[in-house]
Amino acid sequence: MSININKDFSLTPPFEGIGSTLFDKIWEKHIVKKIDDGPSVFYIDRHFIHEVTSPQAFTGLNKRSIKVFRPQQTIATADHNVPTLNQHLPIKEELSRKQVEALIKNCAEHGVELYGLGHPFQGIVHVIGPELGITQPGMTIVCGDSHTSTHGAFGAIAFGIGTSEVEMVLATQCLLQTKPKLMRINVDGELNKGVVSKDIVLYILSKISASGATGYAVEFAGSTIRGLSMEARMTICNMSIEMGARCGLIAPDETTFNYIKRRKFSPQGEVWDKAIAYWKTLFSDGDANFDNEIFLDAADIEPMITYGTNPGMGIGVNGTIPTVETVNETDKNGLSKSLAYMGLKEGTPIKGQKVDYVFIGSCTNSRIEDLRMVASFVKGKKKADDVEVWIVPGSKQVEKQAIEEGIDKIFEEAGFMLRQPGCSACLGMNEDKIPAGKYCISTSNRNFEGRQGQGARTLLASPLTAAAAAITGKVSDVRELMESYELLAASCEQ
Amino acid sequence: MCKRINIIHSTCVPLNMENVDTDQIIPARFLKATSRDGFGKNLFRDWRYTNDDENQPKEDFPLNNKKYCGKILVAGKNFGCGSSREHAAWAIKDSGFDVVVSSFFADIFKNNSLNNFLLPVTVSDSFLEKIFEAVEKNPKTDIDVNLENQTISLNGHSESFEINSYKKTCLLNGFDDIDYLLNSKEEIIQYENSLM
Repeated sequence: MSININKDFSLTPPFEGIGSTLFDKIWEKHIVKKIDDGPSVFYIDRHFIHEVTSPQAFTGLNKRSIKVFRPQQTIATADHNVPTLNQHLPIKEELSRKQVEALIKNCAEHGVELYGLGHPFQGIVHVIGPELGITQPGMTIVCGDSHTSTHGAFGAIAFGIGTSEVEMVLATQCLLQTKPKLMRINVDGELNKGVVSKDIVLYILSKISASGATGYAVEFAGSTIRGLSMEARMTICNMSIEMGARCGLIAPDETTFNYIKRRKFSPQGEVWDKAIAYWKTLFSDGDANFDNEIFLDAADIEPMITYGTNPGMGIGVNGTIPTVETVNETDKNGLSKSLAYMGLKEGTPIKGQKVDYVFIGSCTNSRIEDLRMVASFVKGKKKADDVEVWIVPGSKQVEKQAIEEGIDKIFEEAGFMLRQPGCSACLGMNEDKIPAGKYCISTSNRNFEGRQGQGARTLLASPLTAAAAAITGKVSDVRELMESYELLAASCEQ
Repeated sequence: MCKRINIIHSTCVPLNMENVDTDQIIPARFLKATSRDGFGKNLFRDWRYTNDDENQPKEDFPLNNKKYCGKILVAGKNFGCGSSREHAAWAIKDSGFDVVVSSFFADIFKNNSLNNFLLPVTVSDSFLEKIFEAVEKNPKTDIDVNLENQTISLNGHSESFEINSYKKTCLLNGFDDIDYLLNSKEEIIQYENSLM
């Protein structure tokens, strides 16, 4: 069977509000009905599921003796629990294997398309949706995973849900939702050399904190954002949840359309033309109102790195770790506790901090552009002796493309290990864990205590900054290692 | 699972920390179950035990401190941030809590809690501070939560909290969202047809 590709809900007339935001335009179109002083019944166009947060939802359906309502609008993959070596062998860990087996069984029983282990489309759910053209502008997209916000990069309302809500979507293709407040974060100007989209989002987080956008849907706008590739935009929307945002979104434009065109499940022919006509209406009107608006200057952004245990605790790579004295009264305890866990000292530079592991992967930074960026930087270089470097592509397609482009050879020569697709060391759930007390510079999205394994110490950074640490064995300013700024610029420009 | 909530009169367990993320509430390695049961024993696992060993509880962690008990968990702002794992709400509910109080909840956690009849009560920073101070002085301090009246009180101080009337009705009567949605099927199909 195949998923329903051209049943395009976006072809009806768009919501024609005056002064509407991008969010409003999509939101209003998906309201089935409103409940007085309550939420709305909100229609979901695409539903992604994976092995960890779906089994209890299927159990719920089975208890009620109901089937998935619109199986062609749900797509499944296995990513969180899968090993990233020897994927052709049975999963060794029993509970992980059982969870993956449950997904296979549930999908078969309910007629849901599954891109499981061994399938050429398998990969991290937030990487495969966009690369297959399943994710499209104007859609509502959910998944039992907080990083569903990634898909907002295409001008979609996309957000993470819990398992009870997964069950609701499977059963009715709807959720009960209340409209969030709206925030726009504008980033304007030209980026400094060596600064990429991960640095932008870590910078925003360092300014507004890990709860700065809670209760809001955040639209990212401004000339800097418009100048980014789709992969780079996805990195930013991916981490909007780290600010607490319900979702993050970016108005679709030519960059978006060019990315989607001719992908496996993107609209074709006449349907494509109609889709484009609609997608071009998806932007915030000039007189649209936001509950909160923030303006940032791209020139202020340096390559970023985190020092603490939430993603809002970031500084420029040449900066110093804040002192307990200089932070707000309420943040003092948190900072002391974080630094104790991280084994770092207040008031000291982060540059030069020894690194034991480098993890380049996760739904934040495992796309082909990320791998190309790293490869163009490390070509001809060798990793430091006492560092272990894991490169984990986001999908089978990314892996295949990397091999076709010879990127795998560059990594091999540098001493980096190219593993197989999955969530890997982002979340300490599968076999890929960072040992207690070790420092890992990671391109993932969370530096929470124990996130990468019990006692593991995570430093979040861009793929370039992570690659620089792989070469030197310590936190470094990638710009000081570039033989040629031009080479770097070329890899970041798109 | 208790599926009706109205009046809760109980002592509380204070967790005076901000930005408590769902990876702390239930670490990822415990998400491999395929049922909703039994998550309570791993609630705050890595903050509760040294070396992941149940024989080595960390005495200073409030959940291990015998002087604290009750059906109400009180925590600092931005509680439940991070991963969408509903297992966090399951673990808290499974440990005997019916209410979580904070000055600020992460969105997804809040929804997950409501869907599991775990009442998230958002209070002002000053009221939260009052709770922490009162409980530090006297761990036996009782807190009263009244959903019908939307109030929370302790030691004669009272504050009202917000909840939309739909959700309030659900919690008071033990209704699930999914029942509401299943009863809306006809309207959903009409909506779909209107798009064709």
